[in-house]
Amino acid sequence: MKFTLSWLKEHLDTEASVEQIAETLTKIGLEVEEVINPFENMEGFVTARVEEVENHPDSDHLHVLRVNDGEKVLQIVCGAPNVKKGMMGILAHVGAYIPLFGEKIKVGKVRGVESFGMMCAEDEIGVGTDHNGIIELPANAPIGLTLAEVYKADPVFDISITPNRAECLGVRGVARDLAAAGLGKLKPLNIAKQNSTFSSPIKVKVEDFAACPVYTARYIKGVNNKAETPKWMKDRLNAIGLRSISPLVDITNYINYDMARPLHVFDADKLKGDICVRMAKNGEKFVSLEDKEYSLDDKSLGICDDEGVQCLGGIMGGNVKGCSEDTVNVLLESALFAPVCIARTGRKFQIDSDSRYRYERWVDPNSNILGSEYATQLILQICGGEASKIEIAGEENYQPVTTFIRPQRVKSFIGVEIPEGKIIDILNRLGFETKQDGDKIWATSPTWRGDIEGEHDLIEEIVRMWGLDNVPAESMPKAYFPAQTLQPEQRRVVTIKHELASRGLLETVTWSFTDSKLAQYFRKGNQPVPVCNPITAELDEMRPSVLINLLIGIKNNMARGYSDVSLFEAGPEFFGRKPGEQRLVAAGVRCGMTGKKHWLKDERNFDVFDVKADAMAAIAAANGPFDSARISLDAPEYYHPGRSGALRLGNNVIAYFGELHPSILKKFGIKQRVCAFEVLVDNIPLPRNANGKAKKKLELSAFQPLDKDMAFIVDKSVKADDLVATAKNADRRFITEVRVFDVYEGENMEAGKKSIALSLTFQPQEATFSDQDIETLMAKVEQAAKAKCNAVLRDA
Amino acid sequence: MENLDNLKSATLEQIAAAADVKTLDEIKVAATGKKGFVTEQMKGLALLDVEAKKAMGQKLNAVKCEIETALEAKKQELAEKELNEKLKKETIDVTLPIREENIGRIHPVSKIYEEVVAIFGEMGFEVADGPDIEDQFHNFNALNTPANHPARQMQDTFYIVNPESDNFDDSYVVRTQTSAVQIRTMEKKQPPIRIIAPGRTYRSDYDATHTPMFHQVEGLVIDKTTTFANLKGCLYDFVKAFFELDNVPVRYRPSYFPFTEPSAEMDIGCKKSKTELKIGAGDDWLEILGCGMVHPNVLKACGIDPDEYQGFAFGVGLDRLAMLKYGIPDLRTFFESDVRWLKHYGFMPLDESSMTGGLSNNGGLSR
Repeated sequence: MKFTLSWLKEHLDTEASVEQIAETLTKIGLEVEEVINPFENMEGFVTARVEEVENHPDSDHLHVLRVNDGEKVLQIVCGAPNVKKGMMGILAHVGAYIPLFGEKIKVGKVRGVESFGMMCAEDEIGVGTDHNGIIELPANAPIGLTLAEVYKADPVFDISITPNRAECLGVRGVARDLAAAGLGKLKPLNIAKQNSTFSSPIKVKVEDFAACPVYTARYIKGVNNKAETPKWMKDRLNAIGLRSISPLVDITNYINYDMARPLHVFDADKLKGDICVRMAKNGEKFVSLEDKEYSLDDKSLGICDDEGVQCLGGIMGGNVKGCSEDTVNVLLESALFAPVCIARTGRKFQIDSDSRYRYERWVDPNSNILGSEYATQLILQICGGEASKIEIAGEENYQPVTTFIRPQRVKSFIGVEIPEGKIIDILNRLGFETKQDGDKIWATSPTWRGDIEGEHDLIEEIVRMWGLDNVPAESMPKAYFPAQTLQPEQRRVVTIKHELASRGLLETVTWSFTDSKLAQYFRKGNQPVPVCNPITAELDEMRPSVLINLLIGIKNNMARGYSDVSLFEAGPEFFGRKPGEQRLVAAGVRCGMTGKKHWLKDERNFDVFDVKADAMAAIAAANGPFDSARISLDAPEYYHPGRSGALRLGNNVIAYFGELHPSILKKFGIKQRVCAFEVLVDNIPLPRNANGKAKKKLELSAFQPLDKDMAFIVDKSVKADDLVATAKNADRRFITEVRVFDVYEGENMEAGKKSIALSLTFQPQEATFSDQDIETLMAKVEQAAKAKCNAVLRDA
Repeated sequence: MENLDNLKSATLEQIAAAADVKTLDEIKVAATGKKGFVTEQMKGLALLDVEAKKAMGQKLNAVKCEIETALEAKKQELAEKELNEKLKKETIDVTLPIREENIGRIHPVSKIYEEVVAIFGEMGFEVADGPDIEDQFHNFNALNTPANHPARQMQDTFYIVNPESDNFDDSYVVRTQTSAVQIRTMEKKQPPIRIIAPGRTYRSDYDATHTPMFHQVEGLVIDKTTTFANLKGCLYDFVKAFFELDNVPVRYRPSYFPFTEPSAEMDIGCKKSKTELKIGAGDDWLEILGCGMVHPNVLKACGIDPDEYQGFAFGVGLDRLAMLKYGIPDLRTFFESDVRWLKHYGFMPLDESSMTGGLSNNGGLSR
């Protein structure tokens, strides 16, 4: 919402400075975005004297001037008829931006003579409308002044209006708020009732009073729309960014911003029959004044004549029956439309207008006749003509809300004591009618306030005017010892992040959205979750896997020359559209080398065992059973079929890991191998806390453990994990650890076979092992391996 | 006798001059070995009378002892020398660079999350979560924002079609505010309530200060006595602790949110220049959060009696806090996974945030 200082003063009697006004506006909730002095930003203009005038050698109307700007004398070619030696004017230097032309002044050649600037006319720099000649300043004006020093600008305030303060979408509402805040006095309105002698030849009928409770129309005959809009009105409209079009349009725009009162004017001679306010028929056509055609539905309110919908009620006029230069007789509409109806239709057809913006918030329901009188007054003043009596359908009888406020409640709710008299004073200044009744103050809200429902609304008004900064700040009472802030399932996510970061992965955060063209390979059999209105085509689906965006990240880093990348993200993936159909995943990707070339030569490529370790470390960090999870070979198909796995607890997958499938990587444009893991955090069981946090008692054996190596030949298809588990289970009491220390395939090995060498730790419990004990244990392992894995012990 | 003294002196000289252990062994044999001169003379003792035997015996023992001590000392000296020479040959260039270690980083958003949790934890808040995809009831209606409310257009919402309904009002939304978690909390829990709800939020907007996804932390306090003054105190304590400053100028501007009344926006004092932003001093104001007293309609929607209970709510942008505290210029860069950015603006894995130990330290071998 923009307005100028002079416009504000039309409604507010105040001596306050621009700074005071701006500060107060912000304090009372009308936040000032900017105060603009229109001339302050215009650079390159100075007052200058025309020292010499010569005729242009090649033109009968151009002159070649010598102009003194106080620092130097410039040659300027000028075509203005009023130029004369010794006159003072405004010089635009090379580079100065001319608003009227929308471009900057360049060094030019006019019929062979160079020109180093321009002497300006009023309209060229927006200080007036005259274009008959260049500006002539008083002869004693000093040389070298800036525009802001010469012209007293009307400062423009740009404030943001929250949706509950619709009355401040008019300058008068802003003025009233400032007056209530003690910054001056609201001036009375000066709108006279027009005496009319005849009735409108066009009658009005409303079919749907729910959507349009009041409709007024006034016929004004014999207007001159070719008349000039007065300068003060044009200046104000220009200052807030509205172009002057014609007096009739300018007047409705002006009142819209002056009083937050939308109006519409039809060319009465183009209307056929009477006005009927009705819902459109399904499929009924409407062409807006922006020349866009809409196919309406039966919830769109139309202002219609015999030929159909001529105006989309309260939203936008049509292109056929509006006013033109030649309009002589007009029909002035001033009506009330229901916010819900306006909002629905506006949103459905995506039409934005100043009118819609006001109606869907709140337009004073009792301002229809007032608005009509105001507009009529201006039309008759500017365009002449004669006005009919006002035709009214419906009744202007809105009864505003009456509610109460208790000073004691202000104290218990806000925490500050505000005297009763002050409360009443604030309410009255804001236009409320008040009545005291015991501990209550009853207040009837003014009709321009649509946001007052109950005591809390009145409290807001009081606090707003009292000043939020005048409320004390009181720390939260520490009445109790705080509970644990993070729940266990939240805390473990933090731990997982720190674990992964300490393992060398960089944490990233990427969109929850992703590209459906890539997402399709990661859906794991679930339906896609598309976004109806994506911000770009590449972010059109809720991601079914965190990996997609991490891979895009790898790709982008590669494009910047960084190909050794380890990234992780802990965030949601989505498997359905309903709230809650998402799970938390800690996912990571690694590609390239573990480090740059190094003199110790221990750099190597990242491989599947790095990401397997990441996954296990993350599970362990969550206090999950990482070592009892079994590995199955059924990772989703975006993984490499022979180099990936799933960590499972029973049927529950707690992690996937592996190399990614090269043909999937190709879709991302990645040619390098990439390893990845996805830890499904929600599937990790929370540790049971039944016995408190105490750790299991440490049992220490008095006897030294003993390591023994055993190598087995097995079929290639046998999983190392199975052989290790078999060996461990051969005697759970004495075999405490089993490690794989060698795997061999190839030469000297029968086809289809491989050798797996295990290192087993035997832990004596009551006495040192005898040779016989050790042989027995090794025999147990050998037998179990043979039985379960068809493994043959290799010769020692 | 003289002979013995001479032999002793000669032997000690030999020991002092010996260059290796082998020579020492030879000297030892020559002195105290089976045929050494000390041993030979010991054999001769038997021929002497008692007195002379005693005197000579003592003397021989002393000589033997002296030679053995000298031998032992020389042996150690030689061993040390030998070790030193060996170590000298093992010299390496310790100025060579250390092994490459990949140290990861914690993203600024996670870091700020932990800081915010630490501060509000101190004030007795618990952390609550909610889903990213919401129904319109939790994201709008229950927050006093019915279908045609203009505030719904203040936030450009991402919608997800509900396949089970043609009605647009049944569409799901990707939550536009973590405020939805307020509702889910009040549905489950009776007051007193003190929660914060940090999380992802989504709006259809994209420029240097707006991204289609960002992070908010929502706060909610409901009990019988909490006032607007407490809201001010709570948030003031928060910004002071968060920016780790003794004093931060703050101001409140009346504003509007459908789910709070009175509503306000809080600004903090700062000094803006073209190159930097300094929090806590200067003449400029910077908006940092929205807040207000919970609207009675919101309490009613959750089955809580607004005549009995009251409280406040607030919402802060986590990313924005990160930008302000740690001087990160462009919001969009948060989500670009640029490894250079992550290493520069990210935090060391062991740099944990707490109120007892401090929020930020940022030490660590960052390579």
